[in-house]
Amino acid sequence: MTDFAISQSMPARQSSPVLRALRRNRFAWLGIGLLALIVLVAIFAPIIAPYDPLKQNILHRLSPPSADFWFGTDSYGRDVLSRLLYGARISLAIGFLSVLIAMVVGSALGILAGYIGGVFDQIVMGIVDVMLSFPTLLLGLMVAAMLGASFENLIIAIAITETAPFARVARAPTIAMKRRDFVEAGRSLGYTPLHIMRVHILPNILSDIVVVASLWMASAIRTEASLAFIGLGVLPPTATWGGMIREGFDNILSAWWLVVFPSLAILLAVLALNILGDALRDAIDPKTRSQG
Amino acid sequence: MNLISESPMHYSGQETGFTAPAREPVMSVRNLNTSFRTGDGWKNVVRNISFDIAARETVAIVGESGSGKSVTSLSIMRLLAAESSRIEGQVMFNGRDLLSLREEDMRRVRGNDISMIFQEPMTSLNPIFSVGKQIAEALTVHTDITEAAAKAEAIRLLEKVRIPNAASRFDEYPHQFSGGMRQRVMIAMALASRPKVLIADEPTTALDVTIQGQILDLIKTLQDEEGMAVLFITHDMGVVAEVADRTIVMYRGDAVEAGKTEDIFHRGQHPYTRALLSAVPKLGSMGGRDLPLRFPTVDMTTGQQVPLAEVSDTVASTKRPILEVKDLTTRFHIRSGAFGRKTGAVHAVENVSFELFEGETLSIVGESGCGKSTTGRSVTRLITPTGGKVTVDGQDVMKLSQSALRAMRRSIQMIFQDPYASLNPRMSIGSAIMEPFLQHRLGTKTEARDKAALLLEKVGLSADMMARFPHEFSGGQRQRIAIARALMLDPKVIVADEAVSALDVSIKAQVCNLLLDLQQSLNLAFLFISHDMAVVERVSHRVAVMYLGEIVEIGPRAAVFDNPQHDYTKKLMAAVPVPDPARRRIKRNMVVEELKSPVRPVGYEPALRQYREASPGHLYRVD
Repeated sequence: MTDFAISQSMPARQSSPVLRALRRNRFAWLGIGLLALIVLVAIFAPIIAPYDPLKQNILHRLSPPSADFWFGTDSYGRDVLSRLLYGARISLAIGFLSVLIAMVVGSALGILAGYIGGVFDQIVMGIVDVMLSFPTLLLGLMVAAMLGASFENLIIAIAITETAPFARVARAPTIAMKRRDFVEAGRSLGYTPLHIMRVHILPNILSDIVVVASLWMASAIRTEASLAFIGLGVLPPTATWGGMIREGFDNILSAWWLVVFPSLAILLAVLALNILGDALRDAIDPKTRSQG
Repeated sequence: MNLISESPMHYSGQETGFTAPAREPVMSVRNLNTSFRTGDGWKNVVRNISFDIAARETVAIVGESGSGKSVTSLSIMRLLAAESSRIEGQVMFNGRDLLSLREEDMRRVRGNDISMIFQEPMTSLNPIFSVGKQIAEALTVHTDITEAAAKAEAIRLLEKVRIPNAASRFDEYPHQFSGGMRQRVMIAMALASRPKVLIADEPTTALDVTIQGQILDLIKTLQDEEGMAVLFITHDMGVVAEVADRTIVMYRGDAVEAGKTEDIFHRGQHPYTRALLSAVPKLGSMGGRDLPLRFPTVDMTTGQQVPLAEVSDTVASTKRPILEVKDLTTRFHIRSGAFGRKTGAVHAVENVSFELFEGETLSIVGESGCGKSTTGRSVTRLITPTGGKVTVDGQDVMKLSQSALRAMRRSIQMIFQDPYASLNPRMSIGSAIMEPFLQHRLGTKTEARDKAALLLEKVGLSADMMARFPHEFSGGQRQRIAIARALMLDPKVIVADEAVSALDVSIKAQVCNLLLDLQQSLNLAFLFISHDMAVVERVSHRVAVMYLGEIVEIGPRAAVFDNPQHDYTKKLMAAVPVPDPARRRIKRNMVVEELKSPVRPVGYEPALRQYREASPGHLYRVD
């Protein structure tokens, strides 16, 4: 006699429910499409860009959008479109790398704090609370000012500001996982704590972390632009979106295109990431998934 | 053998699936069919269910998980989501077909003419309103009465469900009530509108056995007083025998058999009914045996019992015990206030001592909160005990360093209650079973794979399932996988913490048989932690009864069950539902009481206990 009650209705292995929910959500495709466009533009900037982003041309100073210069030129006569395309590389690189660092460091801290608990947990979460109580921009500003403005330092500064939220996001599900029987079973089977955290906890909470990563990458791009705007960004003449707004700000009344186009670029990038993040969250959270 | 002619009320379900009461029915269900929308079209989960139910009558629908018994009750109440389900057939009630009523009319029927109580009393009350207020709400929704009248009526209902000091508990909140008391509150709410039909969906499954007895008594009493018809949904044959006049056995969406409860129990026709009944553990079925007894198995096609294989004596009582526990104490501090001052402690385990020999099964029984699980976890040091000594295979577990402890865990393994939670959902079962072997560096990957394949066969699965994931398996199969994983390290002791409690009755019998087989072939010692007295009687050599963190009685299984000494042991045994319809309508007349709490103030020192020996090895606490 076999297990006759349920065994015969075993479902075949299906693709991940998250992927299926994502596929059904049309709005998610808008985010994915936009993001893909921006990434492609950043990668192929040298091929698409009509001009050299650094090439000054005093004859074409501050020319409005035209057939030659679709988005106009700035006060040095540089092509705004080309600078925007190159700027996408900086924004995406800083956004991606800083979030990657913050995600790795923050999640590790959060999982450790949640798993070990006790005094270690209290200390880590105490520091996280202090860091979370600073406005992101202020914290970034302090770190950037301390380290000095450069591409690498900017990544570090933004990564530091975003480590705390990842620690918080990773800790809560870790504590929930810790009470699950398979983690307890792992302990009783004599697995090392590191093995349990890596193999049994991390894969099960990764989806929560990835959702937050896409939302915080949007924030990282915004922070980068803000820091660049107040002069703590990647140094000129490198083209960055925040830096372009800062330079165009002086001529905002006579040359609107200097501010409007980079602002739109930031808006689109942040919007794409937020849509993607929301869609991922809906796809992962079973409560919203069933209605999708 | 013509059984049908002997009992005119008995219908073999394959022919009609229909059963009729002696009196005029209150509710008639005809050809009820329910389908759910799935990825690939409509799936029929309840097929052609028909039955009648009269006033003062109890009809039980019994079946295992996935049989469609709960879906049947939800279909009658039309509580299934309209867009993903389809209900066909007829439910006649008061001259109207409930299935064709408009939604507003149906709402007036629900909780008014037909009430329902559910399995989980912990979640079915709203935590932010007082209990009295929630009952009063149930009253004012359907009738026009003043607030004062509603309050008076609510108190009357609380008294009716035998809640002690009803008036003073009116303003208390759900968290101040125990599970059994909450279920009483749910019943009071269901009775508020004086329903003609009460649908009880596994109302006692989540409750402890002594509380379950009280609630069953209460439902019987209230049915006599109010003259309701009761539709009782359950998986527990013992409960069915106790409450039901007539019984419908469901299997995978079909009513395979329906008839008088006595007929079903004594003259069941369908092989499934027989298989189900033979798998039901019955207290007192050991007939003077000293050794454990396998559960009988029934051939599903013929309904004939397969002869039981004898169990040989595996206990090595002359050797040194494989597990020795001396004065084990585990307390959890309760801190409160701004500075986390200790304000008390949960005395979960208090001075527990026992020995376990190679090849022996020692069961720890008791109700929730008695400390039996904490004992198991303390022995394996998943929880660090407050005091005492635990020796496994000659090694003092309490003195081991973290790395030595990990090595020790090879000798003592655990199996957990919930087979759905004890496997990592993102890991194939092959990797899950191989993992302990590889983590302890016991050999190469090939060796691990070979051993895993061997063990999978040993627990009754097949080696080619290794690439599959946990969600592809049923509960019983997952429990087998968890057992295979535990065996990977060649343990000497296995702590089985409610390892069969969450399984369906037929699966439970099979997993118990598997554990007995493994004990026979591998000489394993089991610390079998369970609340289920009937299963414990079947599988164990010795039994320890725990109450409020202490062992109140311990001894050879036959001695404890045939000649219980401590009052609590007697009470526990009296409360177990007996799967014998002859005992129906016999009330236990148990005193309404709640389980006591093991929470003590700071500085509390437990009394020194004296134990008296009733027969060799059979000790009980002197109170």
